[in-house]
Amino acid sequence: MTIQQTEFTNQTLVVGGQGTAGDYFALLKPRVMSLVVFTAFVGLLAAPGHIHPWMGFITIFCIALGAGAAGALNMWYEADIDAVMKRTSKRPIPSGAILPGEALGFGLTLAVASVLMMELFVNWHAAALLAFTIFFYVVIYTMGLKRWTAQNIVIGGAAGAFPPMVAWAAVNGQIDLGSISLFLLIFMWTPPHFWALALFAESDYEKAGIPMLPNVSGRPETRKQILIYTLLMIPTVALPCLTGTAGMLYAMGAGLLTAWFLKCAIDVYRIPEGPLNTKACKALFKFSIYWLFAVFALIMVERITHLPTFASVF
Amino acid sequence: MEIKKPVIAFSPEDLKRRRSRAKVMAWCLVALLVLFFITTIVHLGGSIAARQV
Repeated sequence: MTIQQTEFTNQTLVVGGQGTAGDYFALLKPRVMSLVVFTAFVGLLAAPGHIHPWMGFITIFCIALGAGAAGALNMWYEADIDAVMKRTSKRPIPSGAILPGEALGFGLTLAVASVLMMELFVNWHAAALLAFTIFFYVVIYTMGLKRWTAQNIVIGGAAGAFPPMVAWAAVNGQIDLGSISLFLLIFMWTPPHFWALALFAESDYEKAGIPMLPNVSGRPETRKQILIYTLLMIPTVALPCLTGTAGMLYAMGAGLLTAWFLKCAIDVYRIPEGPLNTKACKALFKFSIYWLFAVFALIMVERITHLPTFASVF
Repeated sequence: MEIKKPVIAFSPEDLKRRRSRAKVMAWCLVALLVLFFITTIVHLGGSIAARQV
């Protein structure tokens, strides 16, 4: 007896394997990855000690791979809310190009590969930090904080702040004040940056049920918090100078950039609700991205040109 | 009793995507091979043949 053979098409059976290489690349969140790679590269240059240039390349490669893995796992877990939000609805999983299971497998493979390569080729300190960074972003932030508390960005910001520390540890196997100062720069930058985005993408977050600060505490409170966190960020901008990680060029450049950042934050706080305030929020969001790139670029230029740094006060 | 597995019909577009994915995967594997080889050489360091055993 032969049981009837059925011909399935892609319309009748979800078989997977529909994604292109480009779809898989999109799972890695390349734009976020570029920021991660850049800050990690600066961490690598700023760390005291020496690393063979090829091993430096391997370190950055592993960090990029780990960041991509975290991005893929984030998209796997958040496929339901990505589908609801306009900004994310065209991502590979909600658009149907890649199945959630495929994204999970891809993300886990990359995560394990990045940590193993870091451990085998560089050192276990950097590998452990990289593993913790992926864990923090996927489990603590994505699975826990993001849907649970309006402070998601404040605590979750640590995930994006670890890469320079990982690169630093790759050079000398240590977590010292210099690497912590780079960590704090990104950590304190994250809340004003994301809350500015949340202010003009508020309806999207509300639709998806994500407790962002504007939906939970209201827009006036968010605008106030942006200003408070920007003021708190100012001392952390000085930290690389105090820890002997940066010099005069950084001090002057970062000082000017941060003054403009503060001006944008004051605009967001001061301008009454309406199109002008939305414009101010967009201006702050856009400038905050340039700010982070520029501040780290200043440290990079100092290291490449061998400019002297301030002596550490600690 | 013989149970035949269902046949999944892939469209030409599906096959094209699969081919292109396979090519990218092959290039990634070649890149990893080169990466591991160079890393091994860097780890070994210079004058490996002149070292005392």
